[in-house]
Amino acid sequence: MLLALATVFIICAITFFAMHAIPGGPFNKEKALDPATIAALNERFHLDKPLLTQFFLYLKNIAAGDFGVSLKTGRDIGAIIKESFAISAKLGGIAAAAAIVAGIILGCIAALTRNRLPDRLIVFISTLFTAVPSFVLATLLLLVFSITLAWVPVWSAAERHYLLPVIALAMYPMAYITRLTKTSMLDALGQDYVRTARAKGVRRLLVIFKHTLRNALIPVITYVGPMVAYILTGSLVVENVFTIGGLGSKFITSISNRDYPMIMATTIFLAVLMVLANLISDLIYKAVDPRITFD
Amino acid sequence: MKNNENGMPMKNPLSLQIDLAKFAPATEEEKRQQDVMSESSSFFRDGMKKLVKNPLAVASMIMLAIVLLVIIFAPMIVPYGYDQIISVEGKRDKGAKNLEPFAWSEMEQAYIDKGGKLFPHIFGTDAMSRDYFIRCVYGARVSLFIGLFASLIVLVIGVIWGSISGYVGGKTDLIMMRIVDIIYALPDMLIIILLSVVLDSILSSNNTGIVARLGSNMISIFIVFGLLYWVGMARLIRGQILAIKSNDYILAARSIGARPGRIIRKHILPNCISVIIIATALQVPSAIFTESFLSFVGLGVQAPMPSLGSLANAAREGLQSYPYKLVFPAVIICLIVLSLNLLGDGLRDAFDPKLRK
Repeated sequence: MLLALATVFIICAITFFAMHAIPGGPFNKEKALDPATIAALNERFHLDKPLLTQFFLYLKNIAAGDFGVSLKTGRDIGAIIKESFAISAKLGGIAAAAAIVAGIILGCIAALTRNRLPDRLIVFISTLFTAVPSFVLATLLLLVFSITLAWVPVWSAAERHYLLPVIALAMYPMAYITRLTKTSMLDALGQDYVRTARAKGVRRLLVIFKHTLRNALIPVITYVGPMVAYILTGSLVVENVFTIGGLGSKFITSISNRDYPMIMATTIFLAVLMVLANLISDLIYKAVDPRITFD
Repeated sequence: MKNNENGMPMKNPLSLQIDLAKFAPATEEEKRQQDVMSESSSFFRDGMKKLVKNPLAVASMIMLAIVLLVIIFAPMIVPYGYDQIISVEGKRDKGAKNLEPFAWSEMEQAYIDKGGKLFPHIFGTDAMSRDYFIRCVYGARVSLFIGLFASLIVLVIGVIWGSISGYVGGKTDLIMMRIVDIIYALPDMLIIILLSVVLDSILSSNNTGIVARLGSNMISIFIVFGLLYWVGMARLIRGQILAIKSNDYILAARSIGARPGRIIRKHILPNCISVIIIATALQVPSAIFTESFLSFVGLGVQAPMPSLGSLANAAREGLQSYPYKLVFPAVIICLIVLSLNLLGDGLRDAFDPKLRK
């Protein structure tokens, strides 16, 4: 808990001071402004104050939900984040759900058909997809299914087709969850209480669902935090490839535009989300498994 | 008294005296039974034997060897440079844009018809009339170089930090590990992007020496790896050292006055070398992943130098007309990462004693 707070603070500090280490202020650009205007702008954005004061002012503003305005468009960044995150959150949410459900099912199948054909096939696929970067997968999917075969239309604001972006985002976490579920399922299937249950004559399916799966899923919970981080960073490129106007593609555009307040705000926003996801998955982990205690 | 064939006195069957025959020298045949049947095997050779038996690991080693051979020797054979615009007989060939694999431009075709010899464009050419095969080769070179060098940085910092923290222990350990915890909790990709943006702007403003040669982006990738990715390695090494530290031979070494540095170098690190090798092997593909991601986002190596990620990124523009331009670098990334992953897994199975069956 304390670590999470410290992390958020450090992220803010890194972002802020890193951005201020960039040579050249935001206003000495193409046109030479007259000194009075620069002074007024500097005062408006508190650039005349010492750096540390600026930092704490910035923190105060963020806490109040005020991220400042974008240098490129002049719009309020808070509003931009709000509307674009709605799209990203939906996409990411579907991808996360798909990855978890498909990963657990495939992992169970692999564990139950150990060393037979389905297991081999699943292991092969999951190994393959851990080696494919999300941007490669995204562009290849776009190429094959949208352009060459034209089965799935390209994303547009009016018609949102989540299928391909979700696949591109979910494949890697799915492959990981599959492997995780498989190992913990195999582990749980070898436990004494499973043998006892079978010996008592409990039906096989009931044993799998009631005795094995419930214990085997605990490691999956710990992966949810990293998975959220992966999906958020993955969405940077996937949204870009499919030209989805979510937070990820806004972030990339702001990088290529060198729109510093926007970069800062999105970094902090995404970082806080990731830290929160980690914290929550840790807490759930602790709640689900009483054997775990944190020191 | 009778003697047996060895010259030893025979024992009376009812006597309780020591049977002297039992102390007779062994016959040649008996001596041979004591010979070691199999050759002595070192830890390394033992591991290699296991590795060679793993078909996936062998396949990935062959794959990597092929990739290495190609990226080392192809630039010597192919007469094009990665930033060289194709020209025929000293004249710039304007028709050589976006050629298909093994296709010729009109000027080249005319030259060949006249009896001239040209090297085929194995992967075609790109939008700026450069040979795409050689660009992919250099891209793979850049990506592999970044992967290896970044892993080396991670290895050095991680081993030093982890061994000091683990060996010294106490408050030092506590403080050093808290720092590791905090860096570990940072969302790495975001910080990498952020630092790349910042370092890129800072470094590109002073274009001298090594920065100019490698490009500010590549330097910032190394700095970022040096700042962020060593923590995993440091944790691993610390854990290993804590486990090894309590062994008696460490106590023995300390009692005869060996210095901590010597104990770590001579006694502890050789004992966790397998873990270090495995972790480094698995670090390389993740560094390549990160680099290609950054290049794809536009924060990678400096143009005109190609990397696999930036080639894939550039290929997106003409995706409809020239899909193969995406497919080549994409397949190369996947092959390299997949074989490195499989090789790392194979190394772990072969060298990690805890996993021995």
